[in-house]
Amino acid sequence: MNEIEKALLQKISGLHKIPSGAFNIRSNGKALKRQSSSDIEILPKEDGSGIDVIVKPNVKNKSVHIPVIITVGGLKDLVYNSFYIGENADVTIIAGCGIHNSTCNTSQHDGIHTFHLAKNSKVKYLESHIGEGEGSGGKILNPVTNIYMAEGSEMEMETIQIEGVTFTVRDTNAELLENAKLVITEKVMTSFSQKAKTNFNVKLLGKNSRAEIVSRSVAKDDSVQEFRSNIIGKNDCFGHVECDGILLGKAKIISVPKIDARSSEASLVHEAAIGKIAGDELVKLMTLGLSAEEAEKVIIQGFLMG
Amino acid sequence: MLKLENISYFVMQNGKKKHILRDVNLSFDNGKTYVITGPNGSGKSTLVKIIMGIIQPSSGKVFLDGEDITSLSISERALKGVCYAFQSPVTFKGLKVSDLMNIACGQKNDLSSLCSYLSMVGLCARDYINRPLDDKLSGGELKRIEIAMALARGGKVSIFDEPEAGIDLWSFENLTSIFEALKSTKIIVSHQKKVLQIADEIVLLKAGKVESIGSFEAVSGQIENDRCGRLRGENE
Repeated sequence: MNEIEKALLQKISGLHKIPSGAFNIRSNGKALKRQSSSDIEILPKEDGSGIDVIVKPNVKNKSVHIPVIITVGGLKDLVYNSFYIGENADVTIIAGCGIHNSTCNTSQHDGIHTFHLAKNSKVKYLESHIGEGEGSGGKILNPVTNIYMAEGSEMEMETIQIEGVTFTVRDTNAELLENAKLVITEKVMTSFSQKAKTNFNVKLLGKNSRAEIVSRSVAKDDSVQEFRSNIIGKNDCFGHVECDGILLGKAKIISVPKIDARSSEASLVHEAAIGKIAGDELVKLMTLGLSAEEAEKVIIQGFLMG
Repeated sequence: MLKLENISYFVMQNGKKKHILRDVNLSFDNGKTYVITGPNGSGKSTLVKIIMGIIQPSSGKVFLDGEDITSLSISERALKGVCYAFQSPVTFKGLKVSDLMNIACGQKNDLSSLCSYLSMVGLCARDYINRPLDDKLSGGELKRIEIAMALARGGKVSIFDEPEAGIDLWSFENLTSIFEALKSTKIIVSHQKKVLQIADEIVLLKAGKVESIGSFEAVSGQIENDRCGRLRGENE
């Protein structure tokens, strides 16, 4: 790996070196390095379209890194990755994609990730997306996350995209059986003329299933963001979706949170708020000695990272 | 010394000028405690916001240690040592109490010094330092944290806009002893008798004008006679 690749890998996955456990590093459309561990097996799909990550039952406190980096222009990369999490397993999966494009040709990565959580398994899924490079070519990322949750399983998903990605459509679809719990935190920042679309479709099928989705977005300059969520409650279940957006410059944010209770026992809530940074927040920080610009930076940093 | 010279402030209402403050002249000596009181709508909060730079006066000047700071921004005044505790504390999505306390100190501080300010306002610091400063905190908790930030900020002039509001469960003795221990010039907007009693001077505002200035003994009679400006805390 060259220095640009190393820096990109570090930004999206926090990796400074090759990790000791299971991992799969994909670079410019090809598997760069892959390693299974005694608990977690990573196998290429037979049709070559991606990988299967198989976590054995009862595996605890293990992690898998599956970063993707693209450092060339004009590449369109499509990959299907499947995750099979065994019963009672408890793992962290660190994904993410970084595009460094210095050319005038667009590069694109569409990562379709499908999770199958067996009974009482737990997954923490961290996903970070970055676009960089001075080239005028687009940096496009279209992640799709499909989540199938068996009885008593839990998943916590943190997905972050901070600037640089010129266009993205982010689809997340989930189905939860009895006592399954899903928590999703999404943080998106766009600038210039970037566009970001997010779609969450969650079906609460089982009794006592629970989904909480929090989306925080900052749209700067002329960028446009669209947030759509649809939580369907088909049982005695709880669903909560919260979408907060900060607008700067001439940016636009559209939020369409839908809740659909198909059971009289379902309890579904949505909250959405979009607007400029509150004037009193800026004033408060200025009374503590920050300039208006510094105050804005602190508010955005806290809003996205807090 | 902080000095206000011919401060006036008006807003346009239905095409006519509505005066909020008229020709206010005041001097605040270093280290002394001043309480600004008066009926609702007399211009108290507007006056302290003008000192902080949150509101620009329609005319008149503000001097700090002889320097004309009228055209300076809020941030510039803050860096010159003016600090301000809001009447209604501001909440943030994502910022923690420790973030705000560190900004108030002007640098990253060790946990124990941040905690000492929270302890001064009667909060168990360990329970609060990592909590988000959002609307999940009660009004009373937010108010105490607001005062703790002003204490951490320090400086030459400390402004407190109705500091007693919302801290009913916390004794006034604690609040007043904090003011007495502060070395800066204190300018406190208040209706509370116990706060007025610690003032070196009380400024009584009425309809945007300084009605009188003096000690508690000298001014309290005038406040008592004014039905709108009745003192709170008589039977508390």
